[in-house]
Amino acid sequence: MPVDSFKYLPRLIAMFYQTTTREAEYPIPWTPLPLPVEECTFGLVTSGGLYHKGSEPPFDLEREKQEPTWGDPTFRKIPTEVDFDQIRISHLHINQAMVLDDINVLLPIDRMRELVDAERIGGLAENAYSFMGFQGYPPGASEWRETYGPQVADLFHSEGVDCVLLTPA
Amino acid sequence: MPFWAEKIGVPRTLAVEFPFGQTLGRAHDTAQQMRVLRQCLDVLTHADTPGEIVHSQEAWPQPVAEAQKAWQPNEPSPIIAELGPRIREILREGRRNNQD
Repeated sequence: MPVDSFKYLPRLIAMFYQTTTREAEYPIPWTPLPLPVEECTFGLVTSGGLYHKGSEPPFDLEREKQEPTWGDPTFRKIPTEVDFDQIRISHLHINQAMVLDDINVLLPIDRMRELVDAERIGGLAENAYSFMGFQGYPPGASEWRETYGPQVADLFHSEGVDCVLLTPA
Repeated sequence: MPFWAEKIGVPRTLAVEFPFGQTLGRAHDTAQQMRVLRQCLDVLTHADTPGEIVHSQEAWPQPVAEAQKAWQPNEPSPIIAELGPRIREILREGRRNNQD
């Protein structure tokens, strides 16, 4: 059975999404798997608005409240050795308490470590990176594509990352 | 969700029918989270077409209405608060047109 994208969305939000006129740009980017998965080092990226408390500031939600059609395009670094009680979330579009109850629902650090231990993957990068998924209305991602995405790609490259798992929110 | 994966042109996607914000599975359900991750690795290994979307058959073990309510913030997001009235009016118009 194909996944229903709108099963858990109220009609209001489903309709809001469906107003987008965005279409994929072709060709879709493609990088072949460089190594067997068991030898690959993985990086984690989420758009769940997570940040490392005391190390970096939260995403700019005050500006979003003042300008509802704007979303913070910057990113935050989260060491994968971090204690989970040092992770916070700044994202006005999801139930934050639900995510903080178990960070692994968006940033699967524990599960990835278990996969490393089981030798199913080669390793987990030193840092994960977090964006805040709401990028304004109409939805746009030009700052991600042109500025912040390439910065994270460079950071992952310097950390020896082969593959990236993106968990959107 | 596959809707956005198609619109954005994501290279490889595992689509899951989960409530928004719980991308890997339910909190503390380590078995479900691990099943989803293993499916992701299978997609990474076997996908051979840019934009490929594999639909997971993993089920969400909670009634739809309950799950739909649980993931949402206590207050509507700023953009929904701003655009909500306009969208509601469009929905009402659609219902009226269907009745005519």
